[in-house]
Amino acid sequence: MDAVTVTDLVVDRGRRRVLPGLSFTVPAGQVTGLLGPSGSGKTTLMRALVGVQQVRSGRVTVLGRPAGSPDLRRRVGYVTQAPSVYADLTVRENARYFASLYGMGAREADAAIADVGLAGAAGQLVADLSGGQRGRASLACALVGSPEVLVLDEPTVGLDPVLRVELWERFHGLAAAGTTLIVSSHVMDEAGRCDRLLLLRDGELIADSTPAQLRADGHSEDLEEAFLTVVRAREEVAA
Amino acid sequence: MTATLDRPAPTHLSPRLTVSTAGRILRQLRHDHRTIAMLLVLPSLLLGLLYLLWKDLPTMPGQPSTFDRVGLTMLGIFPFVVMFLVTSIAMLRERTSGTLERLLTTPLARLDLLLGYGLAFGLAAALQAVVTVSVATTVYDLDVTGSVGLVVLIAVVDAVLGVALGLLASAFARSEFQAVQFMPVIVLPQFFLCGLLVPREQMAGWLQAISDVLPLTYAVEALQEVGSSTEATGTMWVDVGIVAGVALLALALAAATLRRRTS
Ligand SMILES: Nc1ncnc2c1ncn2[C@@H]1O[C@H](COP(=O)(O)OP(=O)(O)OP(=O)(O)O)[C@@H](O)[C@H]1O
Ligand SMILES: [Mg+2]
Repeated sequence: MDAVTVTDLVVDRGRRRVLPGLSFTVPAGQVTGLLGPSGSGKTTLMRALVGVQQVRSGRVTVLGRPAGSPDLRRRVGYVTQAPSVYADLTVRENARYFASLYGMGAREADAAIADVGLAGAAGQLVADLSGGQRGRASLACALVGSPEVLVLDEPTVGLDPVLRVELWERFHGLAAAGTTLIVSSHVMDEAGRCDRLLLLRDGELIADSTPAQLRADGHSEDLEEAFLTVVRAREEVAA
Repeated sequence: MTATLDRPAPTHLSPRLTVSTAGRILRQLRHDHRTIAMLLVLPSLLLGLLYLLWKDLPTMPGQPSTFDRVGLTMLGIFPFVVMFLVTSIAMLRERTSGTLERLLTTPLARLDLLLGYGLAFGLAAALQAVVTVSVATTVYDLDVTGSVGLVVLIAVVDAVLGVALGLLASAFARSEFQAVQFMPVIVLPQFFLCGLLVPREQMAGWLQAISDVLPLTYAVEALQEVGSSTEATGTMWVDVGIVAGVALLALALAAATLRRRTS
C-alpha cells in the first residue's frame, strides 16, 4: 500500500519552476528520506504533500485522498522547517493547544513532550529555549495528534548526535507501529537511516531508491560518495 | 481530480476549537504582563487627561458638559483602536512565524481561528471596558444617563469590530511596518467623520454620506443614545446590530481572504 502518490507534479514559485514534473510513490509504514541540496525543492514538495502549496498541475494523493482534503487534516502531521510554535507560550501550553485541535487531551500532550525529551522543560516559555529544543517542541506538537502520515522538514537540524540517534529510533518505532514518515534532510549521513530514499536535485528526482541500492549503484559504501557518483553518471548521460 | 483546484474547504465550524483557540490567545496575553497592564490602565489614564482638559471650562446651561460627551464617545473608540492594532499585529505574527501555515494543516477551520481571535480579544475588551467605565464614572464623575452595562456592551461590540477589521487588514500587510500603517488609514477617517468633532447634521452632504457607511458612526451614535436616555432606545439597538453585522461581515471576508494554499 502506498501512503502517498505524486503524479506529474509541477510547482512554480514566483517566476521559477521549482518542481518541473515529479512522479513517485511513498510506501506506508516506512521512513522515507527526502534528500537534496539547499534550494532543491524539498520544502516546496512537503508543502504540496500537506496541501498548503499552490501547484500548477499534477496530482498529489495522500491516503487515497487529494492532498489537503479536510478529512486528511487530522491524519497528516506537518513539522515546518523553521520551528512553528508560539514563542510566548510554554512548551506544555503549545502541546496542549495543538492536542486540542486533534481532539486529544493533556495526557497525550505530556506524552508527546516526553517523547521528544523535553519533559524537564515543559513549563518553560518557548522563547527561552535553545534552537534545538525549540525544534523539538515543534515536533512534539505534530506527534501529539498521532497522525498516520508525518511530514517532517529537517527535524534533526541543530541536534547533538545522541539526541539525533534517539529521534531516529523514535521515527522507526512509529514506522513499526504503522506510521508513514517522510523526513527531509540535506546531510547524507542521515540517508543511511531511512528505509527508502528520494534524492532531489533542482526539483528533479535523481534517485528513488534504498540506501543499499544507492550504495550498489554508486559503487561505494559511503552514501555521500555513492550519491555523487550517481549524480555525475546522470550528468554524463544528459551531456 | 487534480490538486490545482483550491477548493474552498467545507469549513466545519467547531465551537470547541474556537474556544480552545481563544484560550490559547488569552494564554499568550497572560504571559505578557506589560501588555495586560497597558490594556487595562491606558484608556483610564488618557480619559483622565481629557477630564483635566475640560474640568475648569464653563458648560452651557442645559447642555451636557463637553467631557461627558467626548469621554463617553472615547469609551467606544479606545477598544476599537486598541483591538484593531493588537489583532493585526498578532495575526501578522501568526503568518510570519509559520504557525498560521501549520494551523492550516490541522482540523482547525479558518473561521474558527478568526472567531477565536474575536472571542479572546472581545473578552479582554470587556475587562478593559469595565475598568475604564468604573474609573470614568467614579474618579472623573462622567455622567451617563442610561445604563453603564450598555456602555460596556457597546465597547465590547466596538472591540470585536476592531478585531475583525484588524484580521482583514492583516491579510493585506506583508510586514509589521505596513500593518501598523493600516491603523491610521482604517481608524482616523472613521474617527473624523463619526460625529464627535463636528455634529453629523452640520457636515457637508457628501461627507455625511461617507459617514453613513462607516461603522464607527453607529457605535458613537449608540453611545450618545445611552448618554441621553435612561432606557435603551430602539435606535441604540439598531446601531449595535449594525456594528455587530459589519464585524461579522469583516470576519467572513477575512476568512475568505485567508488562503490555505499559498505560492
Ligand atoms: N516564497 C517563495 N517565493 C519564490 N520562490 C521561492 C519561495 N520559497 C522558495 N522559493 C524557491 O524555491 C526553490 C526551492 O525552495 P525550497 O525551500 O523548496 O528548497 P529546500 O530544498 O527546502 O532548501 P533548504 O534545504 O535550504 O531548506 C528555491 O530556489 C527557492 O529560492
Ligand atoms: Mg527547506
